[in-house]
Amino acid sequence: MTAPAAPAAPGALARFLDGDVWHSFRNSPMAIVAAVIALLCVFCSVFAPWVSPHNPFDLATLNLSDARLPPAWMDEGNRRYLLGTDDQGRDILSALFYGARISLLVGLASVILSMIVGVGLGLLSGFAGGKIDAFIMRVCDVMLSFPSILIALLIDGVGRAMFPNAHDTLAFGVLIIAISLGGWVQYARTVRGSTLVERHKEYVQAARVIGVSPYRIMVRHVLPNVMGPVLVLATIQVAAAILTEATLSFLGVGVPPTSPSLGTLIRVGNDFLFSGEWWITIFPGFMLVLIALSVNLLGDWLRDALNPRLR
Amino acid sequence: MLAFILRRLLQAVIVMLTVAFIAFMLFQYVGDPVTSLLGQDATQEQRDKLRQDLGLDEAFPVQFARFVGNAVQGEFGLSLRQGRKVSSLIAERFPATLELALAAAVIALAAGVPLGVYAALRRGRFGSQLVMTLSLLGVSLPTFLIGILLILIFAVTLKWLPSFGRGDTVALGAWTTGLLTFDGWKHLVLPAITLSVFQLALILRLVRAEMLEVLRTDYVKFARARGLQDSAVYFGHALKNTLVPVITITGLQLGSLIAFAIITETVFQWPGMGFLFIQAVQFADIPVMAAYLCLIALIFVVVNLVVDLLYFAVDPRLRLESPAGGH
Repeated sequence: MTAPAAPAAPGALARFLDGDVWHSFRNSPMAIVAAVIALLCVFCSVFAPWVSPHNPFDLATLNLSDARLPPAWMDEGNRRYLLGTDDQGRDILSALFYGARISLLVGLASVILSMIVGVGLGLLSGFAGGKIDAFIMRVCDVMLSFPSILIALLIDGVGRAMFPNAHDTLAFGVLIIAISLGGWVQYARTVRGSTLVERHKEYVQAARVIGVSPYRIMVRHVLPNVMGPVLVLATIQVAAAILTEATLSFLGVGVPPTSPSLGTLIRVGNDFLFSGEWWITIFPGFMLVLIALSVNLLGDWLRDALNPRLR
Repeated sequence: MLAFILRRLLQAVIVMLTVAFIAFMLFQYVGDPVTSLLGQDATQEQRDKLRQDLGLDEAFPVQFARFVGNAVQGEFGLSLRQGRKVSSLIAERFPATLELALAAAVIALAAGVPLGVYAALRRGRFGSQLVMTLSLLGVSLPTFLIGILLILIFAVTLKWLPSFGRGDTVALGAWTTGLLTFDGWKHLVLPAITLSVFQLALILRLVRAEMLEVLRTDYVKFARARGLQDSAVYFGHALKNTLVPVITITGLQLGSLIAFAIITETVFQWPGMGFLFIQAVQFADIPVMAAYLCLIALIFVVVNLVVDLLYFAVDPRLRLESPAGGH
């Protein structure tokens, strides 16, 4: 990652607890609720193999006579399956945890990738100026005039055409690249804007005067000072990336079917909507909205907390 | 003014050429057209012959020029999956998508503007807070989930409305329309609402923000001081001045409506271009993908251009600035 390593001094935590960000966090009930929900979702998905009551991928434990059971609180529900089962007798709750795991993985990976590309190009653009700057910004303009979902769909389609018999790992790679190619523009524009401001400041000029190389000025001096807005953007982009992944998987062009994400679960469950088994599709949808909303609210709070004008 | 238009036109042409180049590269390097036309076990002579017939042995710029020439005439070759001409496939599907997108735009405007005004005028009251919370939900809910929820409520549980297809259509020459039959209207309701939710929430929030801004200005205070009635102040003076950005955003969103129709069309199995495109992506059908890409790019570019020009015509302040300062 491009984020500067936090100073490992013993006082770092104490300083953080004493600082403005933590103070604003403790005074925002919305942020606390959102953080608790988001952390809970992350916890459940990271430790999915240990928290889930069943293993949805273990064919030996599946029992077809348990298929399409409604949630436990309904009449035909079974106490063993809190949120019911799908058409193959898989526990919905466990499938949710495993699905959220894949959704979060793809979302985080594509945000990190688009952040590296975007921050890099933004720094270069703001620092180099001239023709390079003009070229990168024109590319941004063109990218911005298309919805990111369309760009992701297109890259995904091209990936499919180039590697028709792709292995699962490759399919994940193509998907992550497809999602991040729609997202880097925002970082590039933000970082370019801040870089243009920073490069005229005295500390940059001082560094230049004592002969520090431009590359070193960019990475060691300018970069740490433009990361604030990038972090806010990254938080919101995590939610956007998870939603994009879910949409692609729902459309049937996302993650490979062998490792279902939340979007895949919704897609599969959609077929059972008309026969009355609403729980197969509604619970994954609910989980998706819960993750996206809580992350978005956290992002909103972080934006306000890091904005000195609002203090 | 003329320089401004020329600059924007030049930019539009460059964007279109870039997109055409990407589409061309798709044809060139993704999948081998010769293999896909002749099959795996054709002889080398057959391959060379076809290569010559298709003009694949010519220089790169010549091939690109021919591709652009064909694209301008709407010619993108045959669909790999269906074996039919891409241009006729798209022409069949285009009316469905356009009707869906227009219906969604009408809903978004007809509901979004009044709700936005309401939320601004009744700021802080319960009703306005409810509207704002719902709009936040509308922005964060993914389109396909809204569609599924609507199907669950109105098609499965209440059984009021159909949930897939276009219903009965009437052919007017090459254009098939679902707007002339009752069945067609019934089929249009759920998809159009699904597609409009995001835009509605967006317009609502925009109108509210603009209204709050305008209500603080001096001329509104002055209009009040003159003793004009509230309704005259709000609708005659304030609303009129909020509409410029609203028109711009709505215009710009028309393009993304057509793009987001991909998701809505998949949920409701609406036989439009988006559905065609998704199938093309699933089966790696390059000619259809390339044609769709070029068409969508054209729509986006034209809409952007028209909005820019309209903005220029509507807002006199822009005309005073030098063209270089305009965006």
